[in-house]
Amino acid sequence: MLDLQVIWFLLIGVLLAGYAILDGFDLGVGIQHLFIARNDRERRVLLNSIGPVWDGNEVWLLTAGGAIFAAFPKVYATVFSGFYLALMLLLVALVLRAVSLEFRSKVESTTWRGAWDAAFAFGSFLPALLFGVAVGNVLRGVPISNDGEFAGSFIGLLNPFSLVVGLLSTAMFVTQGSSWLSFKTEGELRARSVSVGRKAWLAFLALWIVATIYSRFEAPHLWTNYANALTWIAPVAFVIFALAYPFVKGVKSFAISSLAIIALVGIMGQALFPNMVPSFGGLANSLTIRNASSTPLTLKVMLTIALAGVPVVLAYTIWIYRKFMDPVVLDEHSY
Amino acid sequence: MDVVWLARVQFAMTIMFHFLFPPITMGLALLITAIETARWRTGKDLYRRMSDFWLKIFAVNFVVGVASGIVMEFQFGTNWASYSRFVGDIFGAPLAAEGVIAFFLESGFLGLLLFGRNKISSFVRWLAATMVWLGSTLSAFWIIVANSWMQTPAGYRVVGGRAELTDFWAAVFNPSTLPRYTHTIASAWVCGAFLMTAVAAWYFLKHRGSDVARASLKLGLIAALVSTILVFATGDRHAKQVARTQPAKFAAMEGLYSTAHGAPLILFSLPPSQQGRRDAPELMITNLTSFLAFGNFQAPVKGLEEFPEDQWPPVAATFLSFHNMVILGNLMLLAAIAGLVQLLRKRLEKSRFLLRALFWIGLVVPTLAIQLGWMAAEAGRQPWIVYGLMRTKDGVSKIVIAPEVLTSIVIFGVIYALLGALWIYLLRKEIIHGPEGVAIVDDSVEETPRPLETAPVY
Repeated sequence: MLDLQVIWFLLIGVLLAGYAILDGFDLGVGIQHLFIARNDRERRVLLNSIGPVWDGNEVWLLTAGGAIFAAFPKVYATVFSGFYLALMLLLVALVLRAVSLEFRSKVESTTWRGAWDAAFAFGSFLPALLFGVAVGNVLRGVPISNDGEFAGSFIGLLNPFSLVVGLLSTAMFVTQGSSWLSFKTEGELRARSVSVGRKAWLAFLALWIVATIYSRFEAPHLWTNYANALTWIAPVAFVIFALAYPFVKGVKSFAISSLAIIALVGIMGQALFPNMVPSFGGLANSLTIRNASSTPLTLKVMLTIALAGVPVVLAYTIWIYRKFMDPVVLDEHSY
Repeated sequence: MDVVWLARVQFAMTIMFHFLFPPITMGLALLITAIETARWRTGKDLYRRMSDFWLKIFAVNFVVGVASGIVMEFQFGTNWASYSRFVGDIFGAPLAAEGVIAFFLESGFLGLLLFGRNKISSFVRWLAATMVWLGSTLSAFWIIVANSWMQTPAGYRVVGGRAELTDFWAAVFNPSTLPRYTHTIASAWVCGAFLMTAVAAWYFLKHRGSDVARASLKLGLIAALVSTILVFATGDRHAKQVARTQPAKFAAMEGLYSTAHGAPLILFSLPPSQQGRRDAPELMITNLTSFLAFGNFQAPVKGLEEFPEDQWPPVAATFLSFHNMVILGNLMLLAAIAGLVQLLRKRLEKSRFLLRALFWIGLVVPTLAIQLGWMAAEAGRQPWIVYGLMRTKDGVSKIVIAPEVLTSIVIFGVIYALLGALWIYLLRKEIIHGPEGVAIVDDSVEETPRPLETAPVY
C-alpha cells in the first residue's frame, strides 16, 4: 500500500503545505500591508517582520517544483506548459515581490517607496490568488488529450470554481499573515492586523463551505474517496482548527492557522488520490501517481536525499526562526 | 515566428540575465567568509566594518539572483515540456536536491546574517557566513550536475521514449561534471575577487582610500590572482574533457574543419563559417591544439568534416565565445599580476593608471568572460538539447504557441531591463556611500573627501 509513488504523493503534499504555511504568511503580510500600515515606520515593521525569512520560505516552492519534476515529470510538463501564461504572470509577481522587499529601503523618497509598496502588494496578492486558481483547476480537472498534453485554454483556467478556490487561498494567506503579525508586531498596528485577520478568517471559512458544496456538482470525482470513514479525520480536524482560531492569540493562533492549512492540504490530497491531475470530463486521460511517475530507482534515490536532508533543514530552520520570534525592532541593518 | 527559436531566445535571455548574479554571489560569499574568519579570530573592528560593507553589496546582488532564478526552475516545464518528459527521471532530481541541500542553507543563514547581526555571537556570525558560502557552492554543484548530464549523459538507458536512470552516481559524476564544476567555481571566485578589487580601486581613485578599502584591495587582488590561475588550470582540464567526450563541440571551439595530426591553435582569425573553411588569413601556432587537448603535439584532433553537417554546432558562435573568453582570461591574469606586484612594492595606491585599469577590468571583464564561457558551453552543445540523444527542436513544449512565448519574452525583457538598471543604480549608490565609520588613510589627498550624498537610510 505504502509504495514509493504513494510516498512521493505524500511528500509533495508536505512540501506544498510547508510552502502554504511559510510563504503563506509572507504573502498575507504583503497583501494587507497597504491597508494596515499608516506610515513609513509601520510599513518597515511589516517588511522586517518577514525580512529574515521570506527567501527561505520561498525555497519550499522551488523544492516542491523540483520534486514534482523529479518524481512526476509528466505532471510537471503537462501542468507547467498548460498553465503557461498564468505561470508567467505568477513568476513576474514573485520577481517583483522579491526585489521590492530589498529595494524599497535603499532610497529615501516617497515616490520610490510608494512604487515598491505597490509592487510588493501586487507581488503578494497575485501569487496568493493564482496558487488557488491553479489548485482549483487541478482539483476540478483540466482537459487532457490522449497523448497527455493540456488541451484547454488560458481563459478556460479562469472558471468560476477555480476562482472561488483562488479567493479561498487569498483569504487563507491573509489570515496566516495576521497570525504571524499577531506576535511580530505591537500596539495599534497589531490590533489592525488582527482585525483584518478576523475578517479574512470569516471569508476563508465561508469560501471553504462554498467551494466544498460547489465541488459536489463541479467535480464529483473528488468525493469518491470520502466513502471511507477514515478520510473524514482531515475535514473534522479542519473544522475544529478553523472554529478554534478566533479564541487563541499570538504564536498559538499561528500554530492553529498552520494546522488548518495542513488539514486543508490533507483534504485536497485525499480527494485527488491517486490522481495527480484528473482529466476534465471523464477521467480516462488523468495523470495519476501510477502513470506519471519516475522510475522506482529515481524515487528511491530522491527519498534517500529527502530523508537525509529534510530533517537537517527543519532543524536549522527552526533554530533560525527561534531567533526571530520577538516583535520587530528596527535597527541599522533593517530594510 | 518559429516557436523553437522563440523558446531558445527566451531561455538564453533569462539564463544569461540570471547568470550575471550567482557568480558574484559565490565569489563574494567566499571572501566574506574569509573576512568573517579574520573577525572571529582577531575581533578587530576593521573586519566588522569590512564585512558589513561587503554584505550590503552582496545582498543587492543576491536578491536579483534569487528573483531571476525562480524563473529558471519553472521554465523547463513551461517551455521545454517534451524535454522535461524525456529527461524527468534524471534531470529533476538534481533540481530538487539543490533545493533541499543548498537553497535552504543559503537563504536561511543569509537571513540570520543580514537581520540577526545584533543578536548573535561572532562565532555564529562566522558560522552563518560559512553556511551561506557553502549553500551557494553546493547549489552550483547540483545545477552543474544537471547541465553536465545534458552535455555528457551517463547512468541511463532509453526506454519507451524517455531516459531512465540506471546508476545515480554515474549520472551525477558524468564525464563532464567535475571538470565543469571546478572551472565554474574558480570563475565565480574570479568574479567576486575582481569586483572587490574594482570597488576598492575606485576609492583610491576618488581619494577615499580607507582601512576598509586598503584591506579589500589586498584581499581582492590576492584572491583574483589565485583564482585566475585556478581558472586556467581547471579550464585546461575541462577543454581536454570536451576534446574527448564532445569532439564536434571541440572542433567548433577551435575552428577546425579537417581532422589533423598536430592540429594548430588558432589565435586570431575571421569568424569561421557554417559553410566550411574559408580562405582567410589566420594567426596560429602549429600543433598546439593537439598538445593542449591530448598532451601530444602529433595527436589527431577530429575536425568538423568528420560529422554530418546537421550535427555541427553554430561554429562562429562557439568559436568566438570560446576564444574571446580565453583572451579575457589572459587580460585578467595580466591585471592581477600587475596589481599584486605594485601592491607588494607599495605603489599601487598611487598608480592611477593601474587603479583605473583594475577598476574597469574588475567591473566588466570577469562577468563578460564567464558569460562567454557559458555561451561556448551551450552553443557548442547544439543542435542537441541532450548531447547525442535529443535535438533541441524536439524538446520544446508542443502546446505553447509562438504568440504566448513572444508575450513572455516581452514581459521578461521589460522587467529584466528594469531590474538590471536598478541593480546597477543601487550598487553604485552603495559604493558611493561606502563603508560605515572608515578612517581615511589616503595620504595623497588633494581634496577633502566628498561629503556623503545622502545619509544612510534603513
